[in-house]
Amino acid sequence: MGIEFTKLAYDSIDDFVYGVAKKPVTCKNGMVIGGGTLYPEVNFTLPAMNATEETLPEAKRIYKEIIDGVLKKAHELHAEGLVIEFETLPQYTEHPEWGIEIHKILRDTMYEYENKYGLKSVIRMTPNDLREMNRPPIMRHGEYWDTMVKVFEQTAKDGADILAVESTGGKEINDEAIVNADIRTSVFALGCLGARDMKWLWTNISQIAKENGAIAGGDSSCGFANTSMVLAEQGFIPKVYAATMRAMVTPRALVAIENGAVGPSKDCAYENVYLKAITGTPIALEGKTAACAHFSPIGNIAAYAADLWSNESVQQVKLLSGFAPVVSTEQLIYDCRLMNKAAEKGHRNLMRDLLIESDAYLDPQAYILKPDVVFEISKEIVKTQDPFTRTLNTGKLALEILQRGVDKGELKMDERELGWLDRLRDQLDDIPEDEEEFIAEMNDEIEEGKYRPEEYGL
Amino acid sequence: MDLKEISLAVQKGKRKDVKALVEQALSEGMEVQDILDNGLISAMNVVGEDFKNNKIYVPEMLMSARAMTAGVDILSPLMSQSGVKAIGTVVIGTVKGDLHDIGKNLVAMMMRGKGITVYDVGTDAPPERFIEKAKEVNADIICLSALLTTTMPAITDVLDALKADGSREKYYVMIGGAPVTQAFADQVGADAYTADAATAAEVAESYLSNK
Repeated sequence: MGIEFTKLAYDSIDDFVYGVAKKPVTCKNGMVIGGGTLYPEVNFTLPAMNATEETLPEAKRIYKEIIDGVLKKAHELHAEGLVIEFETLPQYTEHPEWGIEIHKILRDTMYEYENKYGLKSVIRMTPNDLREMNRPPIMRHGEYWDTMVKVFEQTAKDGADILAVESTGGKEINDEAIVNADIRTSVFALGCLGARDMKWLWTNISQIAKENGAIAGGDSSCGFANTSMVLAEQGFIPKVYAATMRAMVTPRALVAIENGAVGPSKDCAYENVYLKAITGTPIALEGKTAACAHFSPIGNIAAYAADLWSNESVQQVKLLSGFAPVVSTEQLIYDCRLMNKAAEKGHRNLMRDLLIESDAYLDPQAYILKPDVVFEISKEIVKTQDPFTRTLNTGKLALEILQRGVDKGELKMDERELGWLDRLRDQLDDIPEDEEEFIAEMNDEIEEGKYRPEEYGL
Repeated sequence: MDLKEISLAVQKGKRKDVKALVEQALSEGMEVQDILDNGLISAMNVVGEDFKNNKIYVPEMLMSARAMTAGVDILSPLMSQSGVKAIGTVVIGTVKGDLHDIGKNLVAMMMRGKGITVYDVGTDAPPERFIEKAKEVNADIICLSALLTTTMPAITDVLDALKADGSREKYYVMIGGAPVTQAFADQVGADAYTADAATAAEVAESYLSNK
């Protein structure tokens, strides 16, 4: 382990606000993330089309059209700066030269706007984590690992400012656990498998970043907690499971920062508020302005500690006003402008509290993001250092806090949710405190061939 | 015994009870078809309604589905000799280039709950995998899932491959996934588009019962 976090980065909730991080990150062009200003982060993707060698010229044309539109809008609206995220499609990591080529188009256009108009922008490069293409996944070697490394290395050489990923270690176990609301298996996937993968992965990504002058940004537990959130949104699984998962992914996410990531962490990682509380690193987040990509019950509250404010992703389709990525850019810039103006006028904490209060009591997934809850759980996390114990204790405390919210009458919860608080608690209470014993139990329970223990150093 | 007992055990997801009750029903000379229709499948219809009416979640439905499967496993060896025909057979998978499988799994689970036999060809499945499996199991329906705008066109690849194989008309092709729309289904010539897993199971059931 690199860095150990044994206490929170913040002494007071009053300092835990948007736009300001204890450990801001300075980019190559001087843009400071977490240094006082909230910046927009724009992400986009192709419209419905095949991603093949034949369509690559058209894809390149579309990406160029998108980045021109986004930067032009940002310039017109006097954006103080912005972050562009290029999250590769699976095919653009599988064929790294395609992803590298498109990154270059985006990066060069961003340089042009910076040189011509003074518009500061940085690019976050997020290769798709292809390792799960092998079933069971091969995490530490092989063609998919090699292509990811190639994309990271070459784009960093070509000027990518921030390296990030939505990693998938443990997901092969957790996918089934989610639809069964099987939180016991989720503890194994996150605390035992995911955390081990994060240590391996982020040690490597941080090294690549260091060697090539890029910033090791951070990860996202998208395939765990956001999948849970979306399924809860559709009424498939209990919201209390999704809320508990949100807190429980934190120890796994923290491993990235313990092993070299410095932020800004990924936009869709709502657990980022926990990371910021513990580590003081700047974070990206998304909420109402990411409704173009997915719905959520945390549209406002997600923004209260953000240092970058994102749209998650939007495809290049024409709306009445213009192309969707440009629309997203305008929306994000106005969101940031309002929040930055509030801060400038001395109302940063008032604005933060409005964002929190407008969502916090209407859904357990919002409640679990309240700063007092975040601090309480984060303090529990830093009491120990091993990710398994942290994950288990986080789950137990999250359920206790949700129950407390219901008992106090301040947290709104459907009748059918209430029984799940007990069911999930029972599942966690059945988990032994000793990790080795737990791993042995899980290996007996999990279908053989579902994952490769050696890929996790087990 | 009353088949309602089996139905209630399935609804509550009590797998061991279902096994014992199905064996008891058989020992009492009840018809396989009767146990299947009025004990197991009828229970899953109740569970499906409870889900549609927001009374339960998928995990509860999965518990019921597993309990039902425990009962079906006992009946299966007896089905053919009793002249019981399966409702129909589905081959399901996520198309080439796409690794998302949760939505596809939910559709499969809900279809199984309707008594449909489902074969899952997994994720990142090339067209030939769908076609080979469909031929092997003599499928009635092929279900194609895509969650990315850039893998949605791979649905067309499967339809084209079916045409090239000369077997397009043999199968009812259903499609779904976040970026998929009815307009896309119309454009590519799929037989049905459904927006969610529950509707997919209903459409499949309706097609098979009218076939």
